[in-house]
Amino acid sequence: MKVRGITDVAQRVRGGMLSPVDLVKACLARIDARPQTNAFITVMRAHALEQAEHAAREIQAGRCLGPLHGIPIAVKDLVDVAGTPTTSGSRVPPRNPVVDALVIRRLKAAGAIIIGKTNLHEFAFGTTSDETAFGPVRHPQDPSLSAGGSSGGSAAALAEEMCFGAVGTDTGGSVRIPAAACGVVGLKPGFGEISCDGVVPLSTSLDHVGPLARSVCDAGLLYQAMKGSTVQEIAPAGGRLILGVPRPYFCDRLEGAVRSTLDLVVQRLQEAGHGVHDLHVEGAQHTPHVYLHIVLPEASWYHASTLETHAGDYSPGVRLRLEMGRYVLAEDYVRASRMRERLTHAVDAALERCDALLLPTLPIPPPPVGATTVDLDGEQAPVRAVMLSLTQLFNLSGHPAIALPAGRGPEGIPRSIQLVGHRGRTERLLDIAEAVQGLIA
Amino acid sequence: MTVEAWLAAAIADAEERNLPELRALLEALARSTAALRKADAEPHGS
Repeated sequence: MKVRGITDVAQRVRGGMLSPVDLVKACLARIDARPQTNAFITVMRAHALEQAEHAAREIQAGRCLGPLHGIPIAVKDLVDVAGTPTTSGSRVPPRNPVVDALVIRRLKAAGAIIIGKTNLHEFAFGTTSDETAFGPVRHPQDPSLSAGGSSGGSAAALAEEMCFGAVGTDTGGSVRIPAAACGVVGLKPGFGEISCDGVVPLSTSLDHVGPLARSVCDAGLLYQAMKGSTVQEIAPAGGRLILGVPRPYFCDRLEGAVRSTLDLVVQRLQEAGHGVHDLHVEGAQHTPHVYLHIVLPEASWYHASTLETHAGDYSPGVRLRLEMGRYVLAEDYVRASRMRERLTHAVDAALERCDALLLPTLPIPPPPVGATTVDLDGEQAPVRAVMLSLTQLFNLSGHPAIALPAGRGPEGIPRSIQLVGHRGRTERLLDIAEAVQGLIA
Repeated sequence: MTVEAWLAAAIADAEERNLPELRALLEALARSTAALRKADAEPHGS
């Protein structure tokens, strides 16, 4: 069967033209057919089929729970699903949860079927999903490339049609970066909107849970369910939109095809009658330093005891980054926290003059698996720092942000743009993204 | 504590803990810390 988006198949499931069992079987067949992608750590084959049969009976009996009923969803293996280990992509002994994370309980209450747990950058502490005890996640189109990270398995599974939606986490860009790399939609909601209860933390003040999907509409359905709201289709924003492009810092160094993608999107928006203007986020150039002095000690806090007892079970690079966090001085953590407030106000100020910010999601195409540096404008730069550079500010500030596919580079690999919305207005951001997606698809 | 004094102490501790490969990361962190402190000292709005 041809795998489509949630919105499309949900109507056919409700109408009895398609069974959840067919959907689950189709996803399992794709998982079996593409093992080289290495998207999954645990495939919940029997459980998913059993749940699909149950969903089919309920829907047939007229008890449809809504658009997500019977829809197969993949879950990053950082999120607790009762009865399966939460490995976090590590050899460090896993959690063995007996209850689901709150976000999983909500998805199940909306009728979603969990098809499996996806591979990731170990403990979500990286952007390439190649430091993992389960082998690197490979890009769906080119196995020599990274699928991005840390939710690399979730993005690759979606792009490979192994599921209809996926759950990811985003501490510096870990939903948006792999979504951009794999050509799917990734939403980081506002901070605190979706509960992190039952999710292995990376950095408690920066962690967000969010959906990955094939369309903005699908991401909206998943977001609503994950938040515990009524699940209903979103509508594209009407009227003339004003978008602000933060050029200084964010557009200083971009790969050529990323820059031309942004230019093309701006042109399409203007041709459609929308307003696009350049703007400045004050102090944005300080973002990497602020981010580093918050994420490192917060990550080290969670891992302090296992660094003592299971140091050899971590990937070497992840272990060193966690160790590094133990040396950050408290005064520098406080300094960074103060500057974080300034940056948050600066993003608010930039948004005062527009409906959303528009910028690339990734400044580069996905790098080769295992690469630690990347050429950008003729200079070698650390892969992780480069990949985080356009997304991490909005984890510091807590603004909602969404990555949208925006065509492909000359080598056929996806490029992506990012929209950033006003705080507390994620639904409005989704409406804007739906309108923009219609212009650039 | 100055960044230089902090870096010297951190490297010494890492080597005592048999983690010499941390040196390069700590040196990078020291550069970032220096930049953070400089930015924090700037008047707000500059």
